[in-house]
Parts: sequence; structure tokens; C-alpha cells
Amino acid sequence: MSTARAIERETATGQLAVNGLTVQVATPSGARTVVDDLSFTLQPGKTLCIAGESGSGKSMTALALMRLLPQPMARVAHGTALLGGRDILALPEAEMRRVRGRRLGMIFQEPMTSLNPVLSIGRQLGGAIAAHGGISAQEIGRRALELLDQVQIPEPARRLKQYPHELSGGMRQRVVIAMALAQNPQILIADEPTTALDVTVQAQILALIRKLQADLGISVIMITHDMGVVAEMADDVLVMQHGRMVEHRPVQAVFTSPAETYTQELLAAVPRLGEMTGTTEPKRALERQDAGQDRPKAAAPLVEVENLTVRFDIKGGILQRPVRRVHAVEGVSFVIKPGETLSLVGESGCGKSTTGKALLNLIPWQGDIRVSGRSTRKLGASAMRPILRDVQMIFQDPYASLDPRMRVGDLVAEPLLIHGLASGSELADRVAYLFGRVGLSPDQMRRYPHEFSGGQRQRICIARALSLSPKLIVADESVAALDVSIQAQVLDLLQDIQDETGIAYLFISHDMAVVEQISHRVAVMYMGRFVEMGSRAQIFENPQHDYTRKLMAAVPVADPSRPRRAFMEKAEDLPSPVHALDYTPPRHAPRDIGGGHLVWEAR
Amino acid sequence: MSHMAVETERSVPAPSIPARLLRRPLALTGLVIIAVVVLAAILAPWLAPYDPYEQFFEGLTIEGAPLPPDAQFWFGTDLVGRDLLSRLIYGAQTSLVIGVVANGIAVTIGSAVGISAGYFRGWVDTVLMRFTDLMMAFPALLLAIVLAAIFRPSLWIVAMVIAMVNWVQIARVTYTETRSIAERDFVVAERAMGAGAGRILFRHILPHLLSTIIVWATLGIATTVLLEATLSFLGIGVQPPIPSWGNIIFENQTYFTSAPWLVFIPGAAILALALAFNLVGDALRDILDPTQQGRH
Repeated sequence: MSTARAIERETATGQLAVNGLTVQVATPSGARTVVDDLSFTLQPGKTLCIAGESGSGKSMTALALMRLLPQPMARVAHGTALLGGRDILALPEAEMRRVRGRRLGMIFQEPMTSLNPVLSIGRQLGGAIAAHGGISAQEIGRRALELLDQVQIPEPARRLKQYPHELSGGMRQRVVIAMALAQNPQILIADEPTTALDVTVQAQILALIRKLQADLGISVIMITHDMGVVAEMADDVLVMQHGRMVEHRPVQAVFTSPAETYTQELLAAVPRLGEMTGTTEPKRALERQDAGQDRPKAAAPLVEVENLTVRFDIKGGILQRPVRRVHAVEGVSFVIKPGETLSLVGESGCGKSTTGKALLNLIPWQGDIRVSGRSTRKLGASAMRPILRDVQMIFQDPYASLDPRMRVGDLVAEPLLIHGLASGSELADRVAYLFGRVGLSPDQMRRYPHEFSGGQRQRICIARALSLSPKLIVADESVAALDVSIQAQVLDLLQDIQDETGIAYLFISHDMAVVEQISHRVAVMYMGRFVEMGSRAQIFENPQHDYTRKLMAAVPVADPSRPRRAFMEKAEDLPSPVHALDYTPPRHAPRDIGGGHLVWEAR
Repeated sequence: MSHMAVETERSVPAPSIPARLLRRPLALTGLVIIAVVVLAAILAPWLAPYDPYEQFFEGLTIEGAPLPPDAQFWFGTDLVGRDLLSRLIYGAQTSLVIGVVANGIAVTIGSAVGISAGYFRGWVDTVLMRFTDLMMAFPALLLAIVLAAIFRPSLWIVAMVIAMVNWVQIARVTYTETRSIAERDFVVAERAMGAGAGRILFRHILPHLLSTIIVWATLGIATTVLLEATLSFLGIGVQPPIPSWGNIIFENQTYFTSAPWLVFIPGAAILALALAFNLVGDALRDILDPTQQGRH
């Protein structure tokens, strides 16, 4: 035993050699290969990024290496993965358990679901530390504190007693990282570790992983769809498509001279912050056929919002009386003109989606909203109906927003039927036209939403929103759930429709790069208020508010030659929007710094 | 249903729902059992070998014990020498009314209350659900006794009484599910399109509740049939000598060790009927859910 230990220690360098890895998934029509003959070597202390779009097999690769493939549907058909001289794909399960945690640590995408909600942080971390027994309670406590300190969680002693729901997303992901590090693994496998996080938190977590790697000398396999993250993190890049390796080279080489067409396309589709400097019109991925730019800009605003305030009561006690209040949106005012795109940008919980929903009266609000001059204040469902012909909405998750039990043709026809605008063959023709308009074949009308891909589903949602010929579409994170190449296509489609029909968009997004591409004007939201509003050029070329600058600095840039950001000291969280019932928020007047560029600053 | 206009054109007609039910062996078995029971209930006067109320002299042994199944009395005789098979066939009428009609009413009331309270929230929710809680806290049997005492006991009154006490659980379950479905994006999307409450409730929320409702409705068949038996046992249900599957069990349960067929055979009949509805219900649920197609 002692000699085996010695050998293990000797070869414990974090070098992993994968050769010919093939993973198959059982389907009703036979085995399907999802990872096909994949070979790579992870050098000790280096970061390998596996990049690819959804369905490329990148997560399956990670699960196969951890031997955590869903049983019995998926299996490793062949291939070897040599770690410390042993093939971990051939180890018996009992020995593999000693490899997991000790040699290979894993971080999953969604920090809430990878933590057990009913156990305290201390218990879960303790469980990870003592997974193989033989450690005293005091030793576990000491190590838990040390780990939390290592992942830069403030007040670690207090955190140990807290439960996952008491922590923010970023804090939870730090706990997950601490658990993965509990037994000093040599290799950390991170599957989309920052995808569910806000951009400023993402920047902190990425910097933390880099720092841990430098301090502890571990190797990292990072799985991501985001080429910006790749550029921030990678030493080597492995690009995957349909389960196959497309390209495997050092990061500089991949970004400066991508050898394969697919890599080139992937990189071209990535929106880059700052590439629009000096232009006023939105950008397109593919060039437009005729550049008819003389869109008449009518002076009368389409939508006027004044002092919009949304507060939710938190009820408690036996009588379910309001005890505290969430100040989701606090006194927001803006106008949208016909044919323009106004973007609301901010981090989760800043009130941007709430603002969008208020425009359609989907939530109760205070203040004043006028659509084409008609006030929508306190309108009931039927009084609101004519206004909804002018204002429609596209949601973030196209699958969730389509009734899974209805055929997509019926779903697109739904608004026309609700408003009694068409029936019979006229309805069928109209739906067929809408399908064609968004680039789908009318033959697909009889299929169900689950038979489509994510991008196609979002097209169906767009067709549905368009069916009433609205004047404004509220697009709530409408491309966030899509792969970059699909994202670019959908953004193009939205702009084509705008050019053709003069529709206006309220584009709600957390992604600064996408916002820069599509917007005429931009409003930055923070804690339920606007902090800065102006034209695209004003915001992106001359940001005035600290928060706007911070958001832009946090966006991962798809350029590996750019110096990587230094590690930030102790993590910070967004302040809470929950206040006592008698709280009156302070109001600030904006400062106009010229040309309609408004900045709200606390004085 | 002008809605269907979109999909009827340029498409191969899909097989109808009954045709698809018949293609599934389990569902077919269920349908056959249900058909047998329904036919037995309707054709009872012609099918039953004997009068269900006649006490046969040769139906009891010398010692006065009931007869086990034999060539003359296929399912044996009961404590007073009546033919069990004939009583079961006539009892099917009662049990069908209780199991299908009473239970059906209970399911309808329960779902209506649960869905409205779950979707409308606010004071509708408070009134309906507090009333449901009140009904839940009230002992069902006591309530049934009071109601049955006010009205003169008859089969239909018993059915109503059972419906009145049995809807509460379904209301609770559908309420919880409706609340979560109402917050899903596709319902919010419907509201954003301007859809009215009726359209959202019946076209978008109800189909998602079908599987739950079907499970509760089929489970309810066995419990309501037995509740009817309990009421009969207490003298406020279907009045003897009218047979029902439930009261046959209750009349004879004390002799379970010496004459097991008297409890076992009607018990098996209740089980088979409930199971049959369950099999059909399950198949119906799968057929109505497009995301499940090709997976069974």
C-alpha cells in the first residue's frame, strides 16, 4: 500500500492524456455517438478550454472523465484517459471514487442545484472534506474555514452556518469551488462555471479560478460556449462540433489564425464590445442587401414611461400581512420612438425585466405609461387588449414560453384568434406567411415545440409576437439562451423586421456586447433605477457612471492578447433591494451632459 | 374550435383518439372490463340467473351456512341464501352510478374550485380555499350522515352526498398545480397576447392538469364505491335489500374466514373496475400529451 501511495504521489502532476475517447448514448433508433474519437493532453498547471455550441459533446466529455455519465443511457464506448499512469476510464468504481475529489474535482454550471438546499454550507463542505474518512471534527472545521478563505468569501465563519438560499449566486459558486478543492485535486473540471452568473460576478469567479490555479498549481479543464471566457482563461483551446474535435491549438493561434472554417465562423459570430465605435446604426452579422437607411424618425413618441415604480410586498406572520417590500423598479422614466431600439442593460435583479412586463400590464405598477398617447394605468384585461395589439413580448426561454401541448401553427395563430383578426383560410395564410417571414417552412406548422431546436423555437416566438403587427416588441433576454451563431442570426432577423416594418424594440439584456450591436439608445439599470441613458455611442464611447464602466470592464473580451485582468480582492455582492415598509427611497434628478446623455449620480 | 382550421389543411389526418386507444393492449383490456360492467348494469334483468332478492331454500346448508361457488350458484350464496352472481350484476348499477357519476361530479367540482382559486388568487383564492379547508377539517362521514339524514336516502341522494364530501382533495391538488403552471412563461405569454381567463384556463392550464385529474379520478372510483358501502352499513346509504358491491362486502365481512368468496369476489370486482378506469386513464393521458408521443 505504501509503495502504491508513493507512486501515486510521484506521478501526481495533474497531467491527463486522453486518447480516442468515444461516448455513445442509447436512443430508440440505436446507439448515437456524441463524443467521437477525442484525443488531447492536459499539461500540468495549464488551462484547457473545451469550446463549442450546445450539442457539441463538451459536457459529455467532462462527465465521461469523471465517470459520471448518466447510467445506463450513456457509456464510454472506447478510449483511454491516463492520469498518473493509470487509465481512469478502466478503473473499478470503488477505485474511481478515490480519484474523484482527490485527483479530479468538478464544478457544475448551476450553483444552486449543485448544493443541497437543506444542509448548511459547513455540513456540505465538511462532507466533501471528510469524504474518505479519518479526519477529526476540529480538523474539518479548520480546513473548511481555510477553503472558504481561499475562495475569497468574506466572513467565512458566519457562512459556515448559513444555507445555500441565503447566499448570492456568486457566493454559491465560490462554495462549490471550495468543495471541489476540498481534497486538493490536481485537476479541476469546470463545466460552464459562470454561465448562470452576472457579468461582474463572472469576472470575479474567472479571476478567482486563475488565482487558485496559480497558487495551488492545478490544471483546469474549462468547458464553455463563450469565446470571451476562452480568451480570458485558456492556455490551449479545443474546439468541438457534433462530438468531434475541430481544432486543438494554443489560444493565441486559435484566435489570430483559426485554421478551420467552423472556428472562424464561431469567432466571427462573437459580438465584441467596442467594435461599433464611430457608428450610429445597429450592426449586422451578414450584410444587408439594400442599405436603405432613410427610415423616417417620427417625432411623436410611441411609448412614454414616467416615474414607473414597481414594489412587491413580502408577506409574513400568521396574518400574511406585508412585512417588507422589494423595490424592484424605482421611478424610471423613458420614451421609445417608432422604429428605434432602446436597450435596458443591467445585472439580474436590477428590475429590467420587471420594467418590460409593466409595459404589458403583466404586473401591478405605479406611475404613468402611455402607449401611442393612451394611458394604460389600471386597465383591466379586456381594456388592455387593444393596447396589446401595439405592444408584444418575446421571452428569454423560447421553450418555456410555448405551450408544449399545442402545435406551433396554432401557437402562432393564437394572438390572431384572441383578437378576432382572422379565421379560416385567411388565418392559415397569415400563419404561413409569418412562418416564412421568420425563416421557417410552413410545412412545420403541424409539429410541436419540442421537435424544434432552440433557435427555431425563438423564431416561432418572434412569429407569434409579429402576428398582430405590433409597433413595439419587448424582447426580454431573447437571445441569451441561444448559441452565438444562432444568436447572430436571430439578431439579424430582428433588425430585418425593424428595417421592413419600422417596429420599435425594447431590448432587455445583460450582455453588453449584444446591446452594443442592436441598440439605437441604451439605458443602464442598477438596483431598480437608471444610472445612465443615452445614445449607443454616448454610453459605449463615453461612459460616465461608475457602474456603466464596471459593467463594461467585466465583459470577457475575445482577445487573448489583451492583458488578463488582475485578481480582485474580497468578493462583493449587490446590495439588497428589500427594505422595510416605511422606507422612502431617495430620488435623484439626472444630469444632462449634452445631447440627451443623462447620468444619475448620488450626491 | 375554429382553431382547428389551421391544422386541418394540407396534412395527413392523424388517427382519432379512440382508434389510438384501441391500439394499446392495456387500454383495450381496460375498455373491455368497463364495457362488461356497463353492459351487466344495463342488461341486469336479462343477464342475472336469479332474482337478486330471492332467498333460496337450497341456497343454505343444513346448518344454515352460505354455499361456496358450485354449478347451480356460480359465485355461491350469501348469508340469507341469495345468489351472489345475481346480486353482483344488479349491484353494478349502483356501483357505476356511485363510482362514475358521484365521483365524476366530485372531480368536476374539485377541479373547478382548485383551478379558479389557483389562477385568480386574491379574494377568490381566499374564499374558495378557506372553504375547502373547512370541508377538509369536517369529518366526511359525519357530514354524509347529516346530509343523508336531511334527505330521504336513495341512490341519487347518496351519490350527491359522496360528491359533496369527495371533491376537497382534488381541489387541493389542482390548486397547487395550477399555481405553479400559472407562473410558467407560456401562461404569461398568453396574458401578454391579451388572452382572456377562460381561454387560458381551458386551453392552456387544464390540459396540463389532465394527468393529475385522471389519476385522482381513477383512485376515487374505488374509494367512493367503498364510501357508499360504509354509508349503507350505517343505514344511510343505498337501502337494503338493494345490492351494491360495497354493501355486499359490508354485509358479509364478519364471515370472512368461513365464507371468503362473499368478500373476495365483490372486492375483486371493485378492484377490476378501478384498475380498468386507471388503465384507460393512463393511456388517455399519454395520447393527449404530444411530448410523450413515440415514447411508450
